[in-house]
Amino acid sequence: MKVSYQWLSEYVDLSGTTPQELAEKLTRSGIEVDAVESRNAGVSGVVIGYVKERSKHPDADRLNVCVVDAGQGEDLQIVCGAANVDKGQKVLVALIGAKLPDGLNIKRSKLRGVESQGMICSAKELGLNDKLLAKDQQEGIMVLPADAEIGMDAISYLGLDDYVLELGLTPNRSDCLSMLGVAYEVAAILGKEVVFPQIELIENGGDNPIQVKIEATNESYQYHGRHFTNAKIATSPQWMKNRLMAAGIRPINNVVDVTNYVLLEYGQPLHAFDATQVVDRSIVVRLANEGEKLVTLDDQERTLDEQTLLIADQTKGLAIAGVMGGANSEITGETSEIILEAAWFTPKTVRRTARMLGMRTEGCVRWEKGVDQARVQEAGERAAALIQQLSGATVSKGISSAVVSEATPAVVSVTLAKINQHLGTDMAASEVSPIFERLQFPYEVAGEKWTVTVPTRRGDITLPEDLVEEVARLYGYDNIPTSLPSGSTTQGQLTKEQQLRRIIRHHLIGTGMNEAISYALVHPDRVEAVAGLHQEKVNPVALMMPMSEDHSVLRTSLIPSLLETVAYNKNRQNHDVAIFELGRVFLTKEETLTQLPEERLYVAGALTGQLLTQNWMGAKQPVDFFQTKGIVESLFARLGIQAAEYKAVQEIAGMHPGRTAEVWVGEKRLGYLGQVHPGTEKAYDLSETYVFQLNVATLIDVAAEVGHYNQLPKSPAVTRDLALVVDRSVAAGALEATIRKAAGELLESVTLFDVYMGERIAQDKKSMAFALVFRHAERTLQDEEIQQVTTAVVEALKNNTGAELRM
Amino acid sequence: MQTRLQEMKESALGQISQVTEAAQLQDLRVKYLGKKGELTELLRGMGGLSPEERPVVGQLVNEVREALEAAFSGKQKAFEEAALFAKLSSQTIDVTLPGRPVPAGTMHPLSRIIEEIEDIFIGLGFEVAEGPEVEMDHFNFEMLNLPKDHPARDMQDTFYVTEELLLRTQTSPVQARTMLKKEGKTPLKMICPGKVYRRDDDDATHSHQFTQIEGLVIDKKIGMSDLKGTLLTFARQMFGENQQIRLRPSFFPFTEPSVEVDLQCFNCGGHGCRVCKQTGWIEILGAGMVHPRVLEMAGYNPEEVSGFAFGMGVERIAMLKYAVEDIRHFYTNDVRFLRQFNRG
Repeated sequence: MKVSYQWLSEYVDLSGTTPQELAEKLTRSGIEVDAVESRNAGVSGVVIGYVKERSKHPDADRLNVCVVDAGQGEDLQIVCGAANVDKGQKVLVALIGAKLPDGLNIKRSKLRGVESQGMICSAKELGLNDKLLAKDQQEGIMVLPADAEIGMDAISYLGLDDYVLELGLTPNRSDCLSMLGVAYEVAAILGKEVVFPQIELIENGGDNPIQVKIEATNESYQYHGRHFTNAKIATSPQWMKNRLMAAGIRPINNVVDVTNYVLLEYGQPLHAFDATQVVDRSIVVRLANEGEKLVTLDDQERTLDEQTLLIADQTKGLAIAGVMGGANSEITGETSEIILEAAWFTPKTVRRTARMLGMRTEGCVRWEKGVDQARVQEAGERAAALIQQLSGATVSKGISSAVVSEATPAVVSVTLAKINQHLGTDMAASEVSPIFERLQFPYEVAGEKWTVTVPTRRGDITLPEDLVEEVARLYGYDNIPTSLPSGSTTQGQLTKEQQLRRIIRHHLIGTGMNEAISYALVHPDRVEAVAGLHQEKVNPVALMMPMSEDHSVLRTSLIPSLLETVAYNKNRQNHDVAIFELGRVFLTKEETLTQLPEERLYVAGALTGQLLTQNWMGAKQPVDFFQTKGIVESLFARLGIQAAEYKAVQEIAGMHPGRTAEVWVGEKRLGYLGQVHPGTEKAYDLSETYVFQLNVATLIDVAAEVGHYNQLPKSPAVTRDLALVVDRSVAAGALEATIRKAAGELLESVTLFDVYMGERIAQDKKSMAFALVFRHAERTLQDEEIQQVTTAVVEALKNNTGAELRM
Repeated sequence: MQTRLQEMKESALGQISQVTEAAQLQDLRVKYLGKKGELTELLRGMGGLSPEERPVVGQLVNEVREALEAAFSGKQKAFEEAALFAKLSSQTIDVTLPGRPVPAGTMHPLSRIIEEIEDIFIGLGFEVAEGPEVEMDHFNFEMLNLPKDHPARDMQDTFYVTEELLLRTQTSPVQARTMLKKEGKTPLKMICPGKVYRRDDDDATHSHQFTQIEGLVIDKKIGMSDLKGTLLTFARQMFGENQQIRLRPSFFPFTEPSVEVDLQCFNCGGHGCRVCKQTGWIEILGAGMVHPRVLEMAGYNPEEVSGFAFGMGVERIAMLKYAVEDIRHFYTNDVRFLRQFNRG
């Protein structure tokens, strides 16, 4: 809502309050003012002039030489390039020394040898928004009506000495979608009265011939028709144009402008019909038939349905109620007989139709939020009076009305105790009553309880708490004291799960990875580009109306998003990337969702290039499977997960079949890690990239905390190294498992410390060297014991894996 | 005899001080203190002394021996130190070369803000609650006093999955769920951080996915002054102990009264600058007293208990705190962006 400061000052005394001060006060008490703008974009020294003579420039076809009376004592000679300038016009003259918004300073000059003592201006040159200008004013100089006063300053003529307050209204304060609504608010803040416009209407015609019938009584509660004859359609006077333009509305003609003016003044949308187009002057408010068509004012043919409310005569639709009029009954330059509609339609009806048709007029906005039922007829009378005043129309006697029901104001009670408890204040009753008075809310007070009859313009107030808010905002939030909740204390802490999630995040950061957060909505083609962790068949959750295909389904795997991120970085020459994300995936087994999908929290990482920055100490160390596995293992160590098993897998979609492992703890599958399939890498335009993805719930499930410590050993350990030669296909994990099993309790640890494949052993073989540490808790081990165990280990290795000791 | 001893001592000390190599020193030691050394030779001659002279000369011999020993070992030590220094000097490295890199990752700026805010409210006795990102219309809107057709639903255009299921547009449904779980018990103090989604075209200031933190307190006798005090405490811990807050009336369907909370601009300290658009204040939170209908729907009796709720955008706070001009940086994850959040 754009509010002209000057216009507002007609309804409430603003003396002593500047536009800026008013804006601050409004904002602090509940109506946010987004901007205060001067209507003057930088004009000075422009006055109204009269073109007494116009002749062709002797040396330039397109230029005119005008003699202009601008009330300056002497006539001015002005050279003008506009095609539409002519003798007898009233125009806007920028005098010598004038300033215009585009930075132009008018100086005495010569144009092709002819002296020019100023400039005749177009509307645009004065900084007027040309979208709000009548079509004939958008080109050439601005021609004013004949009654414009010669010598008058253009600033006051065009109302440029005004300020416009742009209100950012919250949905509950639709009462401030009107000048009078704003006036009530301002009056309450400043402690002033609201002055209503005087309605001076003379019924100087015959009887009102209009018939009105409301058939759709659930959708329309009242309808009033005024009838006019002998109207002269013309442009509106300048004061009205100025106000409409200040509010951002384009002036059209005196009748349409009046309906818009009263729309702004009362917040009541109105509509005017050419009465000769209404058969029998008979109006029916009914629902449309399914498929019924109407060409609206914007020349679009609209197809209506059975829930569209229609204003019609006996033969055809005339207007879509509350949304837009029909072209068939539009006010034109020839119109002289007029029907003026002032009606009330339910917000829901208008909102639905406006949405269906994709239309959102100034009227729709007000209907949707609710128009004050108590002032429908008053607004209609105000408009009728203005139409009579501006078009010279004859007004027929009486109003043709149909009324289904009238508004009943809400009655709401509130006690002083409630107010003080809710606000934490210590107000006295004598502080509360004046607030209701300032708001012009009639009330009765009994003891410390107020029973308030809420004016229908404030439909947002229905509960005691709503009254508390009114009191609070006018009492001032700055005056409310500061305290902390005084009830019983509560223990604030993270849950175990929340703590572990933080541990996971902090640990991965410690390994050198950067935490990333990516979009949960992804492209359907990419959703399973690298598989999630679910093993059952699931469907991704898709949006009904996505904004783009790129963000149309919810992810079921974190890896595709991370790969997008890696690709994004690669395109920006960030070749070393190590990122991880803790985020949810969304899974459902249903084809069409009827229940909430399952949300699982995963942690996933992606690494490419080098983890450590290139340094002078050695060759590049590109990330590989084992670096990735090292990070995963360190996370497991941090979480106390000891018995993780890594199983080679070939079938995970999007993963390298020879370089991927699943991670299991007992029967629980934690996730997987490995290299991204080269085909997928190519699809994303990636270099070699390694990833891991783990289910956080499962991690937390198998995590363990530090328990009792192990006593430090008193006896010495003995180390034996075993270098084994095995087939290349034998997994290190299998060897280690065999060693552990065969060595029994005396084995303290086993560490793989060398892997060799090459010239010194057979081509299909590899050598793996393990360090075995033996210890007995109480005593020193004997050589023979160790020898015995070692022999058993070697024997078991030979039997289970075909391993031979390397000589 | 005594004279000879003195002479020998003088001569030996003189020679020791002149020595430049360890080998020479050894030769001198043999010459004077060895089995056939000069001192030993002199001792042999003691047999010819009178019983009175013997102890006197004996003592002198010992003195000379000790003096020479001290001189020899002093010189020896000097040689060793010099040799060690020479050896270590040959091991000199360039101490200006960079150190061996140690991996250092970074926390996402949004996570940093969330953890910081969580910790502040945990300190005030709040629990951290969570809820689903795909929500029922019922919890996202209706339980929050936003029935279907409510005009305020325009404020938050919604991604629907079905007629009844949607991507939550706010973290408030978690409040509704937590209240129901409490079954009318008080006190309830919670915050809920989480991702939310709205139908916005992504640009510098809009994102279809973003992050909110909301808070809720329900107890007997909670008033607006408690909201003010709690948020002031939060603001001072988060943004500095001299912070001031300002409340302005506003509207949210689930609170009544509703307020916007402004923070004194931390860029200019309230004097007015580009960040606060010359007002000295920055809008940072929406808040209010929980609407009685919301309390009722969640199983509380609004005649007996009251509460306050507040909510803030994590991206907005991060953008203000780190002067990030484009919200998309948080989701495109350029590592050059992420790596800057490496300290503090």
